[in-house]
Amino acid sequence: MEAALLTGLVVFVLASFVGFELINKVPPTLHTPLMSGANAISGIAVVGAMLIAGSKEWNITVILGLVAVVFATINVVGGFLVTDRMLQMFKKKEVKA
Amino acid sequence: MSNILPTGIELTYLLAASLFILGLKKLGSPATARQGNTIAAVGMLFAVVATLLNQSVLNYQMILIGIIIGSLIGAIVAQKVEMTDMPQMVGLLNGLGGAASALVAVGEFWRLLSMPGAEVPLDATITMILGVLIGGVTLTGSLLAFAKLQGWVKGTPVTFPLQQPFNILLLVGFLAGSAYMIVSPESPPVFLALVGISLLLGALFVLPIGGADMPVVISMLNSFSGLAASAAGFVLMNNMLIIAGALVGASGLILTQIMCKAMNRPLTNVLFGAFGGAITSGDAITGTRSDQVVRSIGSEEGAMMLGYARSVVIIPGYGMAVAQAQHSVRELADQLEKMGVEVRYAIHPVAGRMPGHMNVLLAEANVPYTQLHDMEDINPEFERTDVALVIGANDVVNPAARHDTNSPIYGMPILEVDRARNTIVIKRGMNAGFSGVENELFYKDKTMMLFGSARDVVDQLVSEVKQL
Repeated sequence: MEAALLTGLVVFVLASFVGFELINKVPPTLHTPLMSGANAISGIAVVGAMLIAGSKEWNITVILGLVAVVFATINVVGGFLVTDRMLQMFKKKEVKA
Repeated sequence: MSNILPTGIELTYLLAASLFILGLKKLGSPATARQGNTIAAVGMLFAVVATLLNQSVLNYQMILIGIIIGSLIGAIVAQKVEMTDMPQMVGLLNGLGGAASALVAVGEFWRLLSMPGAEVPLDATITMILGVLIGGVTLTGSLLAFAKLQGWVKGTPVTFPLQQPFNILLLVGFLAGSAYMIVSPESPPVFLALVGISLLLGALFVLPIGGADMPVVISMLNSFSGLAASAAGFVLMNNMLIIAGALVGASGLILTQIMCKAMNRPLTNVLFGAFGGAITSGDAITGTRSDQVVRSIGSEEGAMMLGYARSVVIIPGYGMAVAQAQHSVRELADQLEKMGVEVRYAIHPVAGRMPGHMNVLLAEANVPYTQLHDMEDINPEFERTDVALVIGANDVVNPAARHDTNSPIYGMPILEVDRARNTIVIKRGMNAGFSGVENELFYKDKTMMLFGSARDVVDQLVSEVKQL
């Protein structure tokens, strides 16, 4: 278990650096879409929620997990769709210009 | 052979994480942003489907029902929300993500407790405490930010006596509780107390932060929601959650830095409410100003100034968003261009309530991207500008930021509209901005005030300009 924790830390730190490098230069126009897109990705907690809601028998964990599934899915679906809606507006205007 | 399925799931997770990285990269450039969003969404789909195939996930009917409910709500909200309300929307979604992560940590705690011969290992305890803390703070912080943006709670900084000592007390309580949990992990009451403190801390963290600082807060909570997902990943020892969360955490942090730089304030200053303390100096400025005169004009005169100008720069702010005036503004710009006026827009990085807020609204109104200018590009242009039209912006055009060392906003980079030949300010009334600072721009000789709701005034300007 402790080895897994260490691996997790390594993965976390490296992924953070990747994140910093990826998003270093973003034009202000894209700040909002980038934020809501990233926000949708943070809905990845849905996977964690599914894993703890997985048990067949009913108990507190399963109930909390199912609530978490609903919340995280709203985050994911709402986030990606609203980002797409915004970016669509940017697109439309670029074609015109 | 029995290893094929788990290995396949892990590989799919790796694929999903790669798609997130690719998607985020593409989101950073205008030409590929939409594609990037789709790529990230596909990654999410892979991750969810792979998880459904996990053999320990037996309860898939209920989970699918949960996913369907969540998808429906998410889709409806995403379609219905007004572009002016995007800051609230992002805030709310952040909160839901944080809630999900916190629930995962709490659920895992109860699962470990209910196992026969329950013994909660040390590293699990630590990760669960972290998960609850970050997730809880994200949840209530985001909900309060949402309530402030929605106008349910007043947007001005809220402070109360002994606020800092109280916060520190809560933190100490949290640390003490955590230490107790590490020694004897099987204690649900202490765990619940930690959950409670986390929720309280989130609310107290956003409470003293004013409306004008919302872009910073929203970016920070965005970062937190990522870290919360990472923490949930640590709780379940799931690398894909850790990666995705870290990516979001890093991107949110970068945006937070950009916003702080745009206000020339260190993050600590924003978070620990220097504006609350600075209001007294704002009052002092008001006192010296009371004898000065404000020039107010009507829409007819305003239309004349705009119509016969050679170049006009429009400076939108939160007031335009509140009044939903972006379409009217576009119409006014069209009319002016028909008369041969050069129209440009000057966008301050922290105009509005979230990073890029104004860009989204103007895009909704079909304003060409080429007409939008960043602060650095447009500031040298103001001297050659006939009319600077300020629509519902305040602190970002306050010249006091340049020279008044007593002003709370001193040192913040501003749009230098006072260098234009004339300035027209559309504003509802003479109230100070969200920072509580009086704006000396309004008292300058070259400044004309046009009082009224941004939308009504701009509509009047449009019809007056048409008659010129």
